[in-house]
Amino acid sequence: MSGIPHDHYEPSSNAEKWLEKRLPILGLAHATLTIPTPKNLNWMWIWGIVLTFCLVMQIVTGIVLVMHYTPDTSLAFASIEHIMRNVNGGWAIRYVHMNGASLFFIAVYLHIFRGLYYGSYKPPREITWIIGMLIYLLMMATAFMGYVLPWGQMSFWGATVITGLFGAIPVVGADLQTWLLGGPSVENATLTRFFSLHYLLPFVILGLVVLHIWAFHTTGNNNPTGVEVRRTSKAEAQADTLPFWPYFVMKDLFALVFILVIFAAIVGFMPNFLGHPDNYIEANPLVTPAHIVPEWYFLPFYAILRAITFDILFIDSKLGGVLAMFGSIAVMAFVPWLDTSRVRSGRYRPQFKFWFWGLVVTFFLLMWCGGMPAEQPFVIISQLATLYWFGFFLVVLPVLGVIETPTQPPATIQEDFEAHYDPNTGGTRTLPTPAE
Amino acid sequence: MAHASDERDGGTRRDFLFVATGAAGVVAGAAAVWPLVNQMNPSADVQALSTIRVDVSAVEPGSQITVKFLGKPVFVRRRTEEDIAAADAEPLDALPDPLARNANIESDAPATDANRALDETGEWLVMWGVCTHLGCVPLSDAGDYGGWFCPCHGSHYDTAGRIRRGPAPENLPIPVAEFVEDGVLQLG
Repeated sequence: MSGIPHDHYEPSSNAEKWLEKRLPILGLAHATLTIPTPKNLNWMWIWGIVLTFCLVMQIVTGIVLVMHYTPDTSLAFASIEHIMRNVNGGWAIRYVHMNGASLFFIAVYLHIFRGLYYGSYKPPREITWIIGMLIYLLMMATAFMGYVLPWGQMSFWGATVITGLFGAIPVVGADLQTWLLGGPSVENATLTRFFSLHYLLPFVILGLVVLHIWAFHTTGNNNPTGVEVRRTSKAEAQADTLPFWPYFVMKDLFALVFILVIFAAIVGFMPNFLGHPDNYIEANPLVTPAHIVPEWYFLPFYAILRAITFDILFIDSKLGGVLAMFGSIAVMAFVPWLDTSRVRSGRYRPQFKFWFWGLVVTFFLLMWCGGMPAEQPFVIISQLATLYWFGFFLVVLPVLGVIETPTQPPATIQEDFEAHYDPNTGGTRTLPTPAE
Repeated sequence: MAHASDERDGGTRRDFLFVATGAAGVVAGAAAVWPLVNQMNPSADVQALSTIRVDVSAVEPGSQITVKFLGKPVFVRRRTEEDIAAADAEPLDALPDPLARNANIESDAPATDANRALDETGEWLVMWGVCTHLGCVPLSDAGDYGGWFCPCHGSHYDTAGRIRRGPAPENLPIPVAEFVEDGVLQLG
């Protein structure tokens, strides 16, 4: 599929031949599983499997939870308590689902920053990147609507604040907000539609995940050097790659087990650590909690929303905040065209490295400010961090490609691999280098 | 032949039928989608709850009751002389939002205290308890201007419910309201 020379599936038994002639599903599975994968992938290439696992885990636990949950404002909160107290093992399933969302976002942020550092968005992988951004956007919508379902105070007020964002849009905003809510405020109509969409969107995400995998199986994986797998001969391709099954499957599963040990510890011993106690108070439209905080994974963008406390020309601060928040996510989708450097991997870009780690620090700063009250010094920190965020994508990435002198990447993946690992490492094939 | 003349005009009968069928298909598709979109608008029972009456005779000066109307809180405040005097003394050019935002009077009325209050004496102030920033419920008797303070993103409102500082763009809006009899307020 990826244009990398490799062995194709040949049905051996008569049964396989019979099936393959009618539905080539075995060939498809074989091509997908044995895809030649750069053999120098490091530990940052495990998050795709972790994310796939998270999606399946959330869908499975979610389907089970729906068997006990009631999407009605008078019953929703009680039905969550029913799950926690009465349903056999319900507490565990709900806590896995709740914390599963957090694991999902930890993995997606590491996955995205991995892609940014190693230039995985650059040609020819733009489509993979954009599909990934769509998945991320849908993940946020799904998580937001899922958080409303328990109908606690944070559910209700989070929904009020976020749907209020749409009210800031000029001309159509008020009608759009009423349409989204199904009434003048967050009410039963809102809860039931959020429930319906929270069930639907994960399956849309699943479809996009298939496209995401299909896209990078077509281009081949990126790798830490950003150097393409040699496609000129099968021997060279084999010196650069290993089949996904069993090598990378085993590596990824090993990492997954390690991550799940930590996950199980959090679910078992501190399941509410990442949540907010106010969500164990039933929703009350007449009392706003003293301090509305979104879930941790929204905090950086929430901080950007709140950072715009001033009018920008004819745009008032409210609309400005909304535009900045959506813009901060949208700008990431355009990196394939904003980054002008011809060197793909950040490993060989000394100045890019500096700015990249600045972006990571900025992300955590924004996350911290998003969880703090809307006061000084958090407002000014958020504003400076917001400036850095946009500056990185809109100024630093285009300019660096022109002014930066990159170091020399290795000529081949094999060369990089041999510099890091003993050539006699089991299960790897190497070609003699031209100098020998 | 019939379509020899059509071809002279640059299109055949087949082209016309193709475009017409396509256009009809688009219209029919849109008509089929519309109910699916419109079902998300407020339902009849939600729309029906658009007028309520509230007994406010027990509200003492300097206190406030909160009424749930259309799913959102309405503040009914009986202000003291000092509250009124403080709001009245503010020059209009000190206000970020110069408009009264009062649904009972014309939409371009200035945000004077008299235009904000419900009655002649200025004692009654009735307004949505929904922050014009992102819809939180402001806290009463709080903030730097002696009125309301929104804890979500730090908007300060004065004793006439006008925005003074913070991210909220507008004064707290005043719903359609009137006293229908002594001590009975009708909203909507």
